Amino acid sequence: MSEQPLLSARDLGKLYGPRIGCEAVSFDIHEGEVLAVVGESGSGKSTLLKLLSTELAPTSGAIRYRMRDGVTRDLFALTEAERRFLLRTDWGFVRQDAREGLRMSVSAGGNVGERLMAVGERHYGRIRGTAVDWLGRVEIDTDRIDDLPRDFSGGMRQRLQIARNLVTHPRLVFMDEPTSGLDVSVQARLLDLVRGLVAEMGLAVIIVTHDLAVARLLSHRIMVMRHGRVIEQGLTDQVLDDPREAYTQLLVSSVLAA
Amino acid sequence: MTASAASPPLVSLSGVSKSFTLHLREGMRIRVVDNVAFEARPGQCVVLGGPSGAGKSSILKMIYGNYRCDTGRILVQDGGESVDVARAEPRRILALRASVMGYVSQFLRVIPRVSALDIVAAAAAEGGMPQAEAWARAERLLTLLNVPERLWSLPPGTFSGGEQQRVNIARGLAADRPLLLLDEPTASLDAANRAVVVRLIEEKKKAGAAIVGIFHDEDVRDAVADKIVDMTAFATEKAA
Repeated sequence: MSEQPLLSARDLGKLYGPRIGCEAVSFDIHEGEVLAVVGESGSGKSTLLKLLSTELAPTSGAIRYRMRDGVTRDLFALTEAERRFLLRTDWGFVRQDAREGLRMSVSAGGNVGERLMAVGERHYGRIRGTAVDWLGRVEIDTDRIDDLPRDFSGGMRQRLQIARNLVTHPRLVFMDEPTSGLDVSVQARLLDLVRGLVAEMGLAVIIVTHDLAVARLLSHRIMVMRHGRVIEQGLTDQVLDDPREAYTQLLVSSVLAA
Repeated sequence: MTASAASPPLVSLSGVSKSFTLHLREGMRIRVVDNVAFEARPGQCVVLGGPSGAGKSSILKMIYGNYRCDTGRILVQDGGESVDVARAEPRRILALRASVMGYVSQFLRVIPRVSALDIVAAAAAEGGMPQAEAWARAERLLTLLNVPERLWSLPPGTFSGGEQQRVNIARGLAADRPLLLLDEPTASLDAANRAVVVRLIEEKKKAGAAIVGIFHDEDVRDAVADKIVDMTAFATEKAA
């Protein structure tokens, strides 16, 4: 139980001029753990995700990450090349809008293959074989491999985004509202797929969502954010079934049977 | 292994208190239990007794880490280590749930698209049981609990309430966990299925599990209980 965390955030803060994006956020995450960050819009959860994925530089605090070679590094002390390599190989980022996470003018197979080529795979047959395999794992008919994502439904695009992100076997995946904007039936299928892949691959996942039902289904732990601060955190079922803070009680009581 | 005063308790509560503060009701405080103390040893079934509202379910949820506790200690034995659930990190509680303690309520939380057999087998495999054994265990439990075989490959979302409940019991009893928390698992089961659950609980006790349970049916309670803890002893004023 005492092994080193994969990622460790300490006292993270981000100011936009005088306005607080987020402040004093600290947590650890280990391999195999799914952490949900919940809150309403403006709570700071998206800012936090951007800090963690190094899209934004923090105003204060630090993030330490255990690299594949076992050495723990300060993320903001990495060189640009090291940071890009991390993003392409060891991390995934599933975006709310699939158009931002996919290349819409590249075929489905190309979208998956591109990440493999980024880590040095050059053999066309192997790339295509792996792409076929991954399309199958995310339940996309393999005869759609040469089609463009713009011809896919919303649910298929999200599944393709997941395949594109997981093909390099990342250890940490960020997800930003991956199911919002999908029909309820499509959501259930996507959540079930994500749940299975996360358990099978032992991924660490940090998922930002406003949907407590999504957090309940996918996550082990939860952090509730409001006005840029983490106001309550703990085991997901504990926070949702026995919320302590007034705001968390309000969130939980506002949901129809989460 | 049989119940023995010499075996150390698998779970031991002392000084446990619980209240809820309802911020959306002007901070109304509901005190649930005060200063709870009892323990359960290997092979022993401890039944929580007392009227509805006495805090029986809350106690089980606190042991499982589902509810927080305000004061006191809840020590759960994990191999040679004693873990205080009231203070443990979420990761530690999850590890206890994976290998040490199981919780069975009367309600199945249905996950879309997962079949009844998969739900039960996955629960068995979670504690480290080999896959083939997990399948065999799942089939045996579903058979014993009279879940028709034609339903096994279907997700239980469309099952009747009683069928869902039996799938849930099969899931809860599938793994070999040393500590079982049973929250009215037999409520609304017919007599034949209640008898099956009694038999399964006896099997768990013989295997050395400690059980803390709530049973409303007197016949079930009389059949399985080694000790009854009267919850009214830990009662509080209802509102403070």
